Amino acid sequence: MSQFSLYAVISMLIFSIGLYGFIAHAHLVRKILAVNIMGSAIFLLLISAARRDPTAPPDPVPHAMVLTGIVVSVSFTAFALALTRRIYAETGQAYLPETEPAISAQKQDIVQK
Amino acid sequence: MDNLGTWIVWPILLPLIAIIPIFLRKRSGAANVSLVTAAAIVLAVAGLARQVLTNGEQSHAVGGWDAPLGIMLHADGLSVFMLMMTAIVGAITSIYAAGYRFQGGGDSGSSSGYFFWPLSMFLWAALNVLFLAADIFNLYIGLELLSLAAVALVTLERKRDATVAGMRYLLASFLGSLAYLLGVALLYTAFGTLDLELLGARIQPDLPTAVAIMLITLGTALKTALFPLHFWLPPAHGSAPTPVSALLSALVVKASFYLLLRLWFEVFPAALTPAIAQMLGLLGAIGILWGSFLALRQHKLKALVAFSTVAQVGYLFLLFPLASTSAGWGVDAWSGGVYHAFAHACAKAAMFMAAGTLAYAIGSDQLDHLAGTFQHYPFSVTALTLAGVSLMGLPPSGGFIGKWLLLNSALASGQWWFALVILTGSLLATGYVTMVLSHILLRPPDAAPIEPRNTRVSFTLEFAALLLALIALGLGLAATPMLALLRIGMPFTGY
Repeated sequence: MSQFSLYAVISMLIFSIGLYGFIAHAHLVRKILAVNIMGSAIFLLLISAARRDPTAPPDPVPHAMVLTGIVVSVSFTAFALALTRRIYAETGQAYLPETEPAISAQKQDIVQK
Repeated sequence: MDNLGTWIVWPILLPLIAIIPIFLRKRSGAANVSLVTAAAIVLAVAGLARQVLTNGEQSHAVGGWDAPLGIMLHADGLSVFMLMMTAIVGAITSIYAAGYRFQGGGDSGSSSGYFFWPLSMFLWAALNVLFLAADIFNLYIGLELLSLAAVALVTLERKRDATVAGMRYLLASFLGSLAYLLGVALLYTAFGTLDLELLGARIQPDLPTAVAIMLITLGTALKTALFPLHFWLPPAHGSAPTPVSALLSALVVKASFYLLLRLWFEVFPAALTPAIAQMLGLLGAIGILWGSFLALRQHKLKALVAFSTVAQVGYLFLLFPLASTSAGWGVDAWSGGVYHAFAHACAKAAMFMAAGTLAYAIGSDQLDHLAGTFQHYPFSVTALTLAGVSLMGLPPSGGFIGKWLLLNSALASGQWWFALVILTGSLLATGYVTMVLSHILLRPPDAAPIEPRNTRVSFTLEFAALLLALIALGLGLAATPMLALLRIGMPFTGY
């Protein structure tokens, strides 16, 4: 297995972990973190693709893409966190309202048992 | 100055330049600067359209840097068509917003309303970047700028519903973008280019490509609100301030559709199987029926209009199975789908504006409260009706041309089941438009006469909605030159 395929497989694994976290967690900060992990997985794939042939100089195009991708993901994170704060200020909880009652219903079940 | 001599850069530069004075002038003059810029963008798009009509497709290397490191802009008939759609809806929405009173901050000159102007310019720039991008990574950039601006606009009024809907929209949208970006990364790794044309020539049907196509299709379908990925759309579009709802339903969902259209017909053809196209068509068909069905069950006007968007977006996806069999009807299906996108943009924006005006005037957007509004706001109700005519697909509206072309190609290609869905969808659209009109025009005998809360509705609001509805109607009459424009650089050979 070449170095690149190793990185490619690892980045797909990390992407899947991020996707799982995004779906499994209702807490908004966890969701935002999960999205960032997925983004990092894609950046890893691109960076390793830039140096597939270790003898040749690295390809600058994926580097430019990753830099731009980082800017986008920082903007997203800042904006999503600001929205989360506003939701917390208005509802007292950092959950999206429709996912939140399901969780409290589960908790009530546990309490009743 | 050589690089500035071409029209192609101005639709992108103008809104970005305008943001600076809008921020500097703060409260006063933001609306005026935006309106002047909107007029300038319309002129720039008209100039580009003329250039494309006389000289064919246009390309431009930004700053004189060629691909792969530089950024290429490319304009063909489809790009210009989408730019024109954006310019018309964007300019008229700006006029509407100038007269609109944003909640939580008084009129559009102060606090929350003020931010509409820089953000809408940002949104406009992002759309134009997307429509002129010549490589898959710049399409991603356009898509991201677009989602950030769109979500910020949804949450403009700081209402609880809108904030929650905005958060859901942001997460769904970013997930879609990440799926798309992963697809881009896989394609670049496999074929070593981002350029649409080169990629189309190099693409091979193998496993990584299939995964990339699937990711890109899923990501853009999520952002276009294709059934069953439409869950985020009705709350976001329904709870946003009215000018924003108009922009979102008319333009933002079309942007990710445009992206899918470009990639499917110009990059992916060598690696596609008919089964995927049938799948997309099937989801589109379910979207038409399900969205219309839910629209019929709404009690609030803006929610009804938002669900109607889910249905109308379904029509766009019928294009994929109908046009993928590249015979004579492929061209019809392709142009029909794109024409439908344009007509829906005008009609839906007009409908949202009229609905917003009525809701503002009577202080509620419950359907039950609309009775008797026709006497006070005849222009808005007329705009609502005319936009409804285009959504139903009655001649001579633009919606009729789009649906007619789709219907023709469904019959010509023997896919009668899609023809059936198109007709049923029109029937259901007639149902929900009639439902709204009957609430407005037929007053129950025992109901007390309803006194409008705000009798003084700015005439700008009514005028903007009516103008846009008339354009949606007139698109049916302008079909011949518009379709000729669309054929420049069309991805079908022999036409």
